Amino acid sequence: MTQRQVKTDKLLAFAISAFAFLLLAAPVIVLLINGVTSRAWEGLPDSATILSAALLSFMSTIAVVCLAAVLGTPLAFVLSRYEFRGKRLISLFIELPIVMPPAVAGLALLLTFGRRGAIGSLLADAGIVIPFSIVAVILAQFFISAPFYIRSAQVGFSSISAEVEDAARVDGAFGWLMFWHITLPIAWRALISGMILSWARALGEFGATILFAGNLQGKTQTMPLLVYSIFERDINAAIWTGLILIVLALIALSLSQWLARAQDKMT
Amino acid sequence: MRIRVFPPALLALSLAAWTVCAQDQPRMSLTVFAATSLTDVFEEIRDAFVKVNPDVEILLNFASSSTLAAQINAGAPADIFASANDLQMEHAVDAERVKEEDVETFAHNRLALIVPTDNPAKVETVENLSEDGILLVLAAKGTPIRAYTDAMLSSYDAEKGGDFRARVIANLASEESNVRQVVVRVALGEADAGVVYQSDALGAVADQVNTIPIAERHNQLASYPIAPLIDAASPGLADSFLRFVRSEEARVILAAHGFCWPAILGDAEPMEAPPEPAAKSEDGDDAPEVECDAATSKDG
Repeated sequence: MTQRQVKTDKLLAFAISAFAFLLLAAPVIVLLINGVTSRAWEGLPDSATILSAALLSFMSTIAVVCLAAVLGTPLAFVLSRYEFRGKRLISLFIELPIVMPPAVAGLALLLTFGRRGAIGSLLADAGIVIPFSIVAVILAQFFISAPFYIRSAQVGFSSISAEVEDAARVDGAFGWLMFWHITLPIAWRALISGMILSWARALGEFGATILFAGNLQGKTQTMPLLVYSIFERDINAAIWTGLILIVLALIALSLSQWLARAQDKMT
Repeated sequence: MRIRVFPPALLALSLAAWTVCAQDQPRMSLTVFAATSLTDVFEEIRDAFVKVNPDVEILLNFASSSTLAAQINAGAPADIFASANDLQMEHAVDAERVKEEDVETFAHNRLALIVPTDNPAKVETVENLSEDGILLVLAAKGTPIRAYTDAMLSSYDAEKGGDFRARVIANLASEESNVRQVVVRVALGEADAGVVYQSDALGAVADQVNTIPIAERHNQLASYPIAPLIDAASPGLADSFLRFVRSEEARVILAAHGFCWPAILGDAEPMEAPPEPAAKSEDGDDAPEVECDAATSKDG
């Protein structure tokens, strides 16, 4: 192959890459420019709506991350340490929500936890109705976003070599003590990175939430639902809410990537 | 450094893929943006139209009228817009996407209160909606059905007083983006009650919901205006579809789905006397007997 040929190939690769990048980045940049030039933050007739949606999003996503940490950490640990029958199938099910269409997830949640659902009907008999409540919002967000945390935590736990834990065991550490003093200090970056990632995914959750939790201001209307609900009435408010979400997502993504890189260097 | 991953062959491949995707459609096509409540009836009208015009493809896009108006005003490539109220059509007129003189009302609808068949909250009348603990689902603000619903509640409020409307709204559990989602919430039994169009209560969910009558004096007359877009790709085709929507054949379909048409307006197609609007009354004993009547029209 001639030097010249290599050069054209390289040029072509860069040209296509630039086009692909534009395709991905242009909508976000246009939204940004649009928000700034139309001064979307001025003359928002209904900032109380945005505020209540932001508050709801904040509370529900924090709850989701806590829930993911409490329930997901043991799960990720078990999956990274032990071998057992059906482990692959379990992993498959845990990661399925990552690629599952959120609307399908919402439907599945409704059929499970809805008032007439498989589990929901039992709860309804006990006087607990989940749909149309913040619990439904949290459940929907958890379902979609917890797999991101579990996956990241699993990678973090797996990156700890057996020798490290063996050495600790020789020194008398075991069980919970070992996890707290050895495993966690080594894997914490992966855990935090996973938490941030799942937080960002929960913040952006739309399809499962609107199907399962419904859409009511101050009760189940999170920020993505607000964008959807008001874009036809007040495009500026929609742009403004969208910009807040994008900025938060950008911060979360860069933090998460930075932590993941730091973890890679550690191990 | 040797970069060999992007040989020109790859470009050729993606170009080939592009041309396959962008291949011309062999048939004439017409894109119709229609309000969600028209879903069943327009699918049937499309089938009837295509039967007569087999070389035509009708693409239907259903959403709430406010969403459709927003999409049309943002330049969505539609040929025809059928809205569930005049306001959203006016938005399209204001945005110069539709000519005002092209707008015609082709159908009417009434409101209906629906509950799940097992009626868990024991809602028997519209008045019950103000009682505590009822999970009420309505369409979101900005949609035509919500505007009609609010007008209906205000009418009750004026008669009953005592914050009736405010107490009903306090029971709101969710605001759905279009009327069909309200229907589904009630049909699934997630909501105790919802306000929809009479035509929705007659649809596929007829055996999953019960209809509770809304007093004639409080009910609203929903108007469905239809118009071609100014930049419709093939105005001739759009025109023949619009004529078909006003034809006797389409009116029979409309009537079967619980719609009625604006005989009162007098600008309908010169057709034979329309059949009786009270459709499907034999399988809907509990459905309210509502007819299009100018005296009850409150919109404007």
